[in-house]
Amino acid sequence: MPSRDTATTDVGRVVLDDLDITRALTRISHEILERNKGAGDLVLLGIPSRGVPLAQRIAARMAAVEGYDVPVGSIDVTMYRDDLRMKPARALLHTQIPAGGIDGKVVVLVDDVLFSGRTIRAALDALNDIGRPKAVRLAVLVDRGHRELPIRADFVGKNLPTSLVERVKVTLAGVDDVDAVTIQGTLANTDGEGEA
Amino acid sequence: MKRHLLSAADLTRDDAELVLATADEMRSLADRPIKKLPALRGRTVVNLFFEDSTRTRISFEAAAKRLSADVINFAAKGSSLSKGESLKDTALTLEAMGADAVVVRHGSSGAPHRLAHSGWVRSSVVNAGDGTHEHPTQALLDAFTMWKHLGGSRPGGLEGRKIAIVGDVLHSRVARSNALLLRTLGAEVTLVAPPTLLPVGIEGWPVETSYDLDSVLPKADAVMMLRVQRERMHGGFFPTAREYSRRYGLDGKRMATLQDHTIVMHPGPMVRGMEITADVADSDRSVIVEQVTNGVAVRMAVLYLLLSGNEPAGSMVEGEE
Repeated sequence: MPSRDTATTDVGRVVLDDLDITRALTRISHEILERNKGAGDLVLLGIPSRGVPLAQRIAARMAAVEGYDVPVGSIDVTMYRDDLRMKPARALLHTQIPAGGIDGKVVVLVDDVLFSGRTIRAALDALNDIGRPKAVRLAVLVDRGHRELPIRADFVGKNLPTSLVERVKVTLAGVDDVDAVTIQGTLANTDGEGEA
Repeated sequence: MKRHLLSAADLTRDDAELVLATADEMRSLADRPIKKLPALRGRTVVNLFFEDSTRTRISFEAAAKRLSADVINFAAKGSSLSKGESLKDTALTLEAMGADAVVVRHGSSGAPHRLAHSGWVRSSVVNAGDGTHEHPTQALLDAFTMWKHLGGSRPGGLEGRKIAIVGDVLHSRVARSNALLLRTLGAEVTLVAPPTLLPVGIEGWPVETSYDLDSVLPKADAVMMLRVQRERMHGGFFPTAREYSRRYGLDGKRMATLQDHTIVMHPGPMVRGMEITADVADSDRSVIVEQVTNGVAVRMAVLYLLLSGNEPAGSMVEGEE
């Protein structure tokens, strides 16, 4: 982690460290299994980029508990976004639907931060073009509030009340250097990394 | 990316890799029950074809429709184009109809450039083949096919790969676009043709040239055969078709000298028995049918990257919100 020694760069306040994230994902995994009464029918779909490693970690914990490999995939929602034509054309991220498909399955969407809810709306539209799941659930590492659509998460790692000027940044080992969730103030960088 | 796609030279290395990566995602759509994406809903793509073309027009039409764009087909035959309307007046008509993109095929080299830079239309212009000049989306789909087979679908996958392009280079817009794009992607291109079928100024192209097919084949990772464009030939470029086939055609015997991983390509339409024999065209090495499939994915990628936002895609942006 960069140290917060200078006033010019706002590195933010760490609200979840690696152990907190591990504990949250373990709890979410158990909650999903409990709610679903086992791992049968489950398909985990991560929303790129950081929802994908989260989905894989949840699947790994489920495999340890249930001794059963839950299908994991990813679903890119870029082309379903409602602000697609308001910004420069964007690169697509990887969509990987598990071989068994999603028809009749219980799909759990996994994302890092739940914010306006617009990403999840786009994901629901994308699912609609891929198949017809029996049910769709939503698991997020952080719920930061400020919903703009009637969408809520079924499984939440941490509810994080924030102000609109703050930015929530999620970094995950594998994609980034370390596991951490940080809140940055108004001086935050503008690349929108890991935010939703 | 620039606003228009007129030449393969318009694409930087990053642009070209972005198109390949995007096309790879588009290709997975073919396996889905609903082969449609909402990205270009409400946009209008006009196919403006002054020259006959079946596969390119159908390919662009399928690509635009799979992205939910509205498609208007304008063919020279049976329209006001055959009544003597000028390119400018046609362009003004398209502008008045609110076209977001014009896909243009024209018999004259430079017509798409004229359309894009004359201020007649505000839409993006995509060159679908102009005279003997360029055909950039064909080059992109060829590069995509090589990238899937030889490059492992990885960025930089074509670096150092050896590509032989064989046949009527003089009349081929495909050869020029391929030479430019493959060079951008780091591949090494060798053009093989009789001296009469190499264009003047070939020394300025970023390629090697050879008159001897048999010496080039064993080193190639991909061999692309070009059609001999007899309709554009007014004069004797080679003595007989039979002699051309013997020296520059790909038959089973020549194919046996290729490396195991080498693929055989043809942009189509092919003349079996002339530049390629039937047994080669139908062999396991041949990816000719796959090129057609990839054409739709690549054209979807191009239309998506040019039209989906309020400006064309820049370089790859990671971790978008």
